[in-house]
Amino acid sequence: MKNIHKNFTGVKALQAVDFSLREGEIHALMGENGAGKSTLIKVLTGVYEKDEGEIFLKGNDKAVAIHSPQDAQNLGISTVYQEITLCPNLSVAENMFIGRTKGRMQNWKKMNADADRILQSLDIPAKATQQLANCSIAIQQMVAIARAVDMDCKVLILDEPTSSLDDKEVQKLFGLMKDLRARGVGIIFVTHFLDQVYEVCDRITVLRDGKLVGEYEIEKLPRVQLVAKMLGKELDDEAQIKDETQVYHADENVPPVFEVEQLQSNAGIKPFDFYIRKGEVNGFTGLLGSGRSECVRAIFGADRIIGGKIKKNGKEIKITKPIDAMKNGIAYLPEDRKVDGIVGDLSVRDNIILAAQVLRGFFRPFSKAQANKFADEYIKLLEIKTASADTPIKSLSGGNQQKVILARWLLTHPEYLILDEPTRGIDIGTKIEIQKLVLKLASEGMSVTFISSETDEMLRTCSRLIVMRDRRKVGEISGEDLTQSKIMDTIAGGEKKNG
Amino acid sequence: MAKTRTLQKKNFMDIFSGKQILIPIVALVLLAVFNLIADPSFYKITLDVNSAGNHVLSGYLITILDYGSELAILAIGMTLVTAASGGQDISVGAGIAIAGSVILRVLCGTNSRPDHLQAPIIVAFLVSCVVAMLFGAFNGILVAGFKIQPMVATLILYTAGRSIAAWINNNELPVISDPSFGYFGGFIPGIPIPTPFFIAVACMIVMGLVMKFTSLGLYTQAVGINESSSRLNGLNPAFIKFLSFVILGLCVAVAALIKVSRISTINYSVIAKDIEMDAILAVALGGNSLSGGKFNLPASILGAYVIQFLTTTLYKFNVKSEAISAYKAIVVIILVVISAPVVREKFASFSQKMKVRNAKEVG
Repeated sequence: MKNIHKNFTGVKALQAVDFSLREGEIHALMGENGAGKSTLIKVLTGVYEKDEGEIFLKGNDKAVAIHSPQDAQNLGISTVYQEITLCPNLSVAENMFIGRTKGRMQNWKKMNADADRILQSLDIPAKATQQLANCSIAIQQMVAIARAVDMDCKVLILDEPTSSLDDKEVQKLFGLMKDLRARGVGIIFVTHFLDQVYEVCDRITVLRDGKLVGEYEIEKLPRVQLVAKMLGKELDDEAQIKDETQVYHADENVPPVFEVEQLQSNAGIKPFDFYIRKGEVNGFTGLLGSGRSECVRAIFGADRIIGGKIKKNGKEIKITKPIDAMKNGIAYLPEDRKVDGIVGDLSVRDNIILAAQVLRGFFRPFSKAQANKFADEYIKLLEIKTASADTPIKSLSGGNQQKVILARWLLTHPEYLILDEPTRGIDIGTKIEIQKLVLKLASEGMSVTFISSETDEMLRTCSRLIVMRDRRKVGEISGEDLTQSKIMDTIAGGEKKNG
Repeated sequence: MAKTRTLQKKNFMDIFSGKQILIPIVALVLLAVFNLIADPSFYKITLDVNSAGNHVLSGYLITILDYGSELAILAIGMTLVTAASGGQDISVGAGIAIAGSVILRVLCGTNSRPDHLQAPIIVAFLVSCVVAMLFGAFNGILVAGFKIQPMVATLILYTAGRSIAAWINNNELPVISDPSFGYFGGFIPGIPIPTPFFIAVACMIVMGLVMKFTSLGLYTQAVGINESSSRLNGLNPAFIKFLSFVILGLCVAVAALIKVSRISTINYSVIAKDIEMDAILAVALGGNSLSGGKFNLPASILGAYVIQFLTTTLYKFNVKSEAISAYKAIVVIILVVISAPVVREKFASFSQKMKVRNAKEVG
């Protein structure tokens, strides 16, 4: 790809970006949110048309024309997107073969058999006839990859494939990627996880603000420099980040603000106890599907509570739906930003004021001036990159969307903020900003529960961790015990017993 | 005072910068130009004396203003239902039959041809409002509570509504002789402009105030765009949807008053026939997505008048009433295709390319 330009109304998403991919390599595409990674990929796959520039394939002198995803697919370019783009109400096999059948008649038996064979060869624990919606997000992701792999692709683009996978699944995926590399497939790997880049990639291309920063051999670019290049700042060491974000320890003598006794919801979690003090940052950790989200969803009333008590300052409160929790000063930033967080077509401003407006009441709408003031204030405070407050939130990058949702909840001035995977799929810079913000809020007296798939991040922010396994609370770690290995032990504890 | 005026001015400009309103405006201009070329007498307005001895304005434009107003009232409710539920209410015509029948029933009491009214008109109207809102609530419960697709849910009343309307008056056709009842669908003595227009303006003002002094607009759009997210922000999506159907019920009652007032009686099988389709078209012509989400009320209202403009134009050219639907369909297809987001995007990218090309030539 040479000299690619792409403009959106008012925003130069890509400016003169070059990119090359060799046969049989894994090439990392890195950059902060809004750096232009997704845009570049969408140009390559025909989702967007480039304004300028040329794309060459396999050393041909003639530039290829890619005007639609179909064109890209015919050229052997397959993509697995960050957000899953399959049809949840179709079966796994149907999802794998949809849009690719040649004849008019569909041989269902053969299709299912083929699908099962592929799934087995990739070691994916799903059945061909299973409805996709019944699979976990991780499995859905893998089905999407299986689909791409089966399409005989020359170029496979993985856009944030690992953000919803746990370590084991990531390893499986890496095995698959290496296997494909050996077969001569070129893989473009977009991710925010530095470890993963250094684990599997051969080369790195870094983008920043729609411009090419450079293309590097992996051995020649130490991690620290990569971070510096992505951020456009000179960072001496990743460790510096850690130093800046000192874990705030709540006073042990402060009584809990919120207490939960034997809480149980209809989402299938076992009854659990929990408390949080004023100004404390704690977290739920555990593998994917261990029930960490379900716990906080129960506290917020997002799932139906079927047993147990919630107490605020020692007094029992009744939470049957989210508005009850909100009125008690609880805010919840949901795990799935696209489905539960953003209201896509509405402006950034409306998205920011939504929760505060609901709390304020139906008959007391914010005036336009007030709404604008709030929006401007939080756009500035959280450094949200948006053309204006009127821009629909769906046209923002993932990290900026997340900041808008965060602004929405901060505007309600909660006593207790629950952040469920706030840093998933967003760049390091924003991640650190969010972590810092969490600690700052806590030091100002807000209680925060932080959930993340990255234990690093949890260790950096939380003073106490609740460990979940198989939808059950299996331990609580705090103080000196709060180390990576101790967490791993606790998470894995039961498996040893079972095995 | 001065402050509110500048505020209104600003909002007015906002609407135009939003582009969406351009769709019905362009349609209106096209129709207007067509009529101007085909027969300028279309625009003739005369001051006549009607059968009641009043001086009233008459002409095609007045007809549009008159009949477009009832459609505009329905378009308000239909826009909200569309935005919140992502579907449409097709029982509006049947609902008008029911509400109209209720008005007549209350006014006539037991006698189908009373010499004088058995109850004040306002009472009859309020009773019909309650009934129409109850039927709206029925639709709302099916859609919001039982999660039935709006078109399917409202199909029930669409089928049964006119029978219910006939049953309310024991299948008799009551006639109101009191002239004051005719004011709502006709003219008030001394005012040469048809009353439905004033009623529509009143509805628009009320709706404008509701939009300004409540969060209905924000809530409705949020629910229509992302129900799951709305719930996690403390909204009750089911209630918002339910509310939109109840509001549409109120609009139906107002339209019913105009309808039965026009002829001072009712024809159960004909009254407001197919009006739901026109109301839905008004919403679509206003550039609103029929699958819910963002909406623009002024655009819908203007859309309603444009639909009526079209109907009147067709009548003017002596298109038989049976054939009118076919002609309307053709025009509507064109309008809706032009206003479809896909086509609009194409237009936008095309005009941008032209701009770029021009800029290059200049450079």
